[in-house]
Amino acid sequence: MSRLLEGVPKRAGVLVFALLLALLVAPLFANDYLLTILILILYFAYVGQAWNIMMGFAGQLSLGHAIYVGLGAYTSAALYLHFGIAPWIGLLVAIPVAMACGAIIGFLAFRFGVAGVYFAILTIAFAEFARIGFDHIGYTGGSAGLFLPVAQYTHNDLWNLRGRPAMFYYVILALTVAVFLLCHLLLRSRMGYFWLAIREDEEAARALGIDTFRYKMAAVTISAGMTAVAGVFFAFFYNNLFPEQVFHISRSIEIILAPIIGGIGTLFGPVLGAFVLTGLSEGMTELLHALGIDVPGAKQVFYGICLLVVVMALPDGIWPWLARRLGLERRA
Amino acid sequence: MPLDIYLNVAVSGLLTGLVYGLMALGLSVIFGVVRVVNFAHGEMMTIAMYIAIVLFQAFRLDPLVMMVPIAGALFALGYVMQAGLINPFVDRPEHSQFMLLVAVAIIMVNALLLIFGPDARSVQTSYAFDSFAFGRIIVDATKVYAGLAAIVVAAALFAFFRFSDLGKAIRACADNYTGALVVGLNVKRLYALTFGLGAACVGAAGSMLVLIIDVTPPLGPQYTLLAFVIVITGGLGSMPGALIGGVLIGMTEALAGLLFTPSAKSMFAFAILVLVLLFRPQGILGKRAS
Amino acid sequence: MSALLSVARVSKRFRGLVAVDRASFEVVRGEIFAVIGPNGAGKTTLFSTVAGALKPDEGEIAFQGERIDGLRPDDICRRGIARTFQIVRPFPALTVEDNVIIGALLRTSDTAQARATAHDVLRQLDLFDKRAQVAKSLTLPDRKRLEVARALATAPQLLLLDEVMAGLRPTETDRIVAILRELNARGLTILLIEHVMRAVMALANRVLVLHHGAPIALGSPADVVREPAVISSYLGAEAI
Repeated sequence: MSRLLEGVPKRAGVLVFALLLALLVAPLFANDYLLTILILILYFAYVGQAWNIMMGFAGQLSLGHAIYVGLGAYTSAALYLHFGIAPWIGLLVAIPVAMACGAIIGFLAFRFGVAGVYFAILTIAFAEFARIGFDHIGYTGGSAGLFLPVAQYTHNDLWNLRGRPAMFYYVILALTVAVFLLCHLLLRSRMGYFWLAIREDEEAARALGIDTFRYKMAAVTISAGMTAVAGVFFAFFYNNLFPEQVFHISRSIEIILAPIIGGIGTLFGPVLGAFVLTGLSEGMTELLHALGIDVPGAKQVFYGICLLVVVMALPDGIWPWLARRLGLERRA
Repeated sequence: MPLDIYLNVAVSGLLTGLVYGLMALGLSVIFGVVRVVNFAHGEMMTIAMYIAIVLFQAFRLDPLVMMVPIAGALFALGYVMQAGLINPFVDRPEHSQFMLLVAVAIIMVNALLLIFGPDARSVQTSYAFDSFAFGRIIVDATKVYAGLAAIVVAAALFAFFRFSDLGKAIRACADNYTGALVVGLNVKRLYALTFGLGAACVGAAGSMLVLIIDVTPPLGPQYTLLAFVIVITGGLGSMPGALIGGVLIGMTEALAGLLFTPSAKSMFAFAILVLVLLFRPQGILGKRAS
Repeated sequence: MSALLSVARVSKRFRGLVAVDRASFEVVRGEIFAVIGPNGAGKTTLFSTVAGALKPDEGEIAFQGERIDGLRPDDICRRGIARTFQIVRPFPALTVEDNVIIGALLRTSDTAQARATAHDVLRQLDLFDKRAQVAKSLTLPDRKRLEVARALATAPQLLLLDEVMAGLRPTETDRIVAILRELNARGLTILLIEHVMRAVMALANRVLVLHHGAPIALGSPADVVREPAVISSYLGAEAI
């Protein structure tokens, strides 16, 4: 506990606890629709945090994180469908599968000196490869999709992740809190410092004795494993998986929007970004609906414009700006 | 004769590949000079394709004839984008530039969706079903026209960079940013011109491609990816590399579609991309960095 | 006299151009050893081969009796050789303290202990009061000292300094000279590549003069500057 609180400004601590408390009691007041939106927000906060380890901490721009979500989702869903293996056990397979995939991408990129834009495009290439590949894997339904049995659940089965939105809400809340704390600890660990050094200047990091290959590999595998957990959640919450949707480049972009808009490399950035973006998106839907504008694309155009404005006005993201406003200290 | 089929498909892939190459050439020119990866490249191409469709449907104007004004319109779009949006971002980190262009791309795709709806559109020219026979090889006339036009436009661009003063000034900017500033070049304006030229390539390529492929708004991101694959395969920043990459990828996709299943054809393009990144990261014709 | 670092017949060529030509010298534990020479004499190339950034084409480099030529830079640093960069490259977005903590974490995985080490080093380098500042906000002299601090935090046996005095005003140069003297007095061996003669004369126990990649003189600073070969090739009309 003391380790967790080390170096945290008091006001930031208060803020976290207030937010956590509000989130804990939210299901008492929210209907299923609102709860679904909150689930979406927390989901994006979670995957954003996982992606942030690679980009925000270690400076490796991945534009193909959908591949880890997809691998996690497909692995756990296939195990459940074909063998009746519960998702919590499936997780133990899904995580290593995604980590292995991350390790392969990382190994190829870092050993062969693929960096920067080239690395980003390599990650896209792998995700696209997986997308088209899964279209042709009959065992997981191919392009026709993979479906988990859906029923009206009267009770929550936490072990098999079958139940009502409130259960999913608490599951994703717990995951988001856990990953937040884990990132907090990682950032304050030796590895976290080394990641920041690599992000800032890889050659200078190497000159200080840091085995940059090893720590970059650690970043990509840890991030991949964490992202796979979100994939398992995704599969059991949505109950249907299509390669065209799960692995699509737009899914990868969705993952990175929240941390970039919120503030890359910060702990609050992904959380704040997820609230802002999902809130914006859902708010827009409501607004356009109220105005009677129901044309495909209208919402996304406004969304894109808002994104453009934020990117142009706050290049470091919302959180660093907000933190200065609130008088909260910022580290890294 | 099965061999004839392969030859026909290969030639058809080559011609389509030239058009792809022209599109990728735009990306390569922009990256080579401005050092910004245009993540809205394919989206700009779909804009050009829709302009061609509107002109054809409203005024029966042939896309190949309209290639020049469409390229001009895209030049203007590119110039304004660089001058208004991207210039302030040239010194910002990659992920920041990426976000900016992703936002632009989202707006473009959905604006097209808003205006034209999700249905596929195409043009039906009078020569749509004509074909040429070269011995045993039979090729669609539209693809021959498109391929030839792509070569002409690319040649014009080569000539511009090689011989004109403005082209030389832009190359100077790409080679040595500080040096260009020192000798008094207006780098920001040259960047805008370059982005405009890159966009003009896209405009020309779009007018040709609309003869070959039906267009829907979600095609944009796919063409952005395709342009990346081609440009990296050929060598990021290399102009002939973009054309060669385009031909290689065009033929690979065409043959893979024939030999395996059409839906898996892009997998081969991405496989080529991964191999190139690993074993020849500078691309087929690219110069080794650092 | 046991050599801490021994460089034997090291050569490095770039596309036919010989940057370092059979350079040999030894750095003895506890001394301050300087390598000087005109621009393009191969100083930085020689430095890079010792630091592991470049692999020599020929010759051997040994540190504490073990071959280190061709090892990776991080491996060399772990063995006890820390370096600075000619063009300083602190981690720009991190605080001064975090910059140095990263160096200190090479020898410990306990961040609290690394912080304590960092504070010690920062006090030695007169940077303690600026520890909360972001590195990119520092002035050049401060950044140069931060670079030395970060290298020192890795607890090296040998400190390699690449033109750490370049671009500094005389008062700032004197400040770094005093700091380096102090570090040397506590037992740190220093190999410096330097252009600023004033600093070399004040600091070095022994000086190696490079010309066109080849050593042309070796000795105490006072002896070396009297060598005719050195005067004609390097010092010439330049005032000392």
